Amino acid sequence: MARIYAGLATSHVPAIGAAIDNGRTHEPYWQPLFEGYEYAKQWIVGHMPDVVILVYNDHASAFSLDLIPTFALGCADEFAPADEGWGPRPVPVVKGHAPFAAHIAQSLILDEFDLTIVNKMDVDHGLTVPLSLVFGTPAAWPCRVIPLAVNVVQYPPPTGNRCFNFGRALGRAVESYPQELRVMVWGTGGMSHQLQGPRAGLINKVWDNRFLDRIGPDPRSLARIPHLEYLREAGSEGIELVMWLIMRGALQDSARTVHRFYHVPASNTAVGHLILENQ
Amino acid sequence: MREPHDYDDIPGTTVFDAEQSRRGYHLNMFCMALMKADARAAFKANEAQFLQRFPMSDEQREAVLKRDWNRMIALGGNIYFLSKLFSTDGKSFQYTAAQMTGMSQEAYAQMMLDGGRSPDGNRSLSEWADRKDSG
Repeated sequence: MARIYAGLATSHVPAIGAAIDNGRTHEPYWQPLFEGYEYAKQWIVGHMPDVVILVYNDHASAFSLDLIPTFALGCADEFAPADEGWGPRPVPVVKGHAPFAAHIAQSLILDEFDLTIVNKMDVDHGLTVPLSLVFGTPAAWPCRVIPLAVNVVQYPPPTGNRCFNFGRALGRAVESYPQELRVMVWGTGGMSHQLQGPRAGLINKVWDNRFLDRIGPDPRSLARIPHLEYLREAGSEGIELVMWLIMRGALQDSARTVHRFYHVPASNTAVGHLILENQ
Repeated sequence: MREPHDYDDIPGTTVFDAEQSRRGYHLNMFCMALMKADARAAFKANEAQFLQRFPMSDEQREAVLKRDWNRMIALGGNIYFLSKLFSTDGKSFQYTAAQMTGMSQEAYAQMMLDGGRSPDGNRSLSEWADRKDSG
């Protein structure tokens, strides 16, 4: 049967994608950031998944204001990189896993998590930047990827508690799939950042590091953080961090943090990155 | 009359909630149109004319033409939609964020290198009582 053996969390800042695409990763500004992902690049080689379920948010690329699904699962065979206003990123097309995604959707809905099924969707930097950070610049992505898009653009996003419980149901969905598959769940977005208004540029290192401290051993306390605290302490866009709780919920309670990285800044954003392994 | 929310107390921040989303629907959908290269070309060729394709308010159109980002946010714009507009201009999130804070891009970039804007003194409207841009 399919099995989740690890989780990974990372920010998904668009400027990181631009730095990779324009060959600027060795510049003094970017070098410390990319160094923080060297561990993941080595680690993934020995822990290659068959499928990554990648939790991210669409940034007004696939979903406009015409349709705003809270949870949307990509059930297609493939997903093209989106043109976000400067042309699509020069990265490979993302290959999905349609039969597995269909099973996950069915299992989650019967488990009372009523997600939206998406059969055609372009994927933006929220999904492709994490792939680039971990896999570099291959001609084809080395595994299948099932996109799980969460609305964090129009307030309110789902609560942290809902995300954590969604993650637990996602874990049950994966482990009820009869085929042998090695599955990782990635949670992306965050950490503290605010991109709009006179308060833009907000970074809260203390709050972010407390989040990193607690997500391994004590995710249920994080799941109780109210939206107001995210907005006030981590900035209006820092609320993306609820998506990390889906990843955490899909792992075992006893999952262990094996790598942790934190860096300020990437453009406007505090970058956080974790790898967790099930025991 | 806007319904009061707990997050109204956060200074210099407009939460893109259902009310803002309704207000900014056409403004944001204009931005969304700029995801296609031919639309970007048509917009660049004649901005005012292109904006007439969308049933936005005159105030919204004027804010777009002036690239008054804070005004666009106040009128229902969302930063991820607005990113299509500044990307069409060849500008970055950091350029636009600097514009919204009233800082030069250099000063803003340096603030970020120095660890960003501290939450201290920036959590509540009461801490911004002397500033004009607190809403």
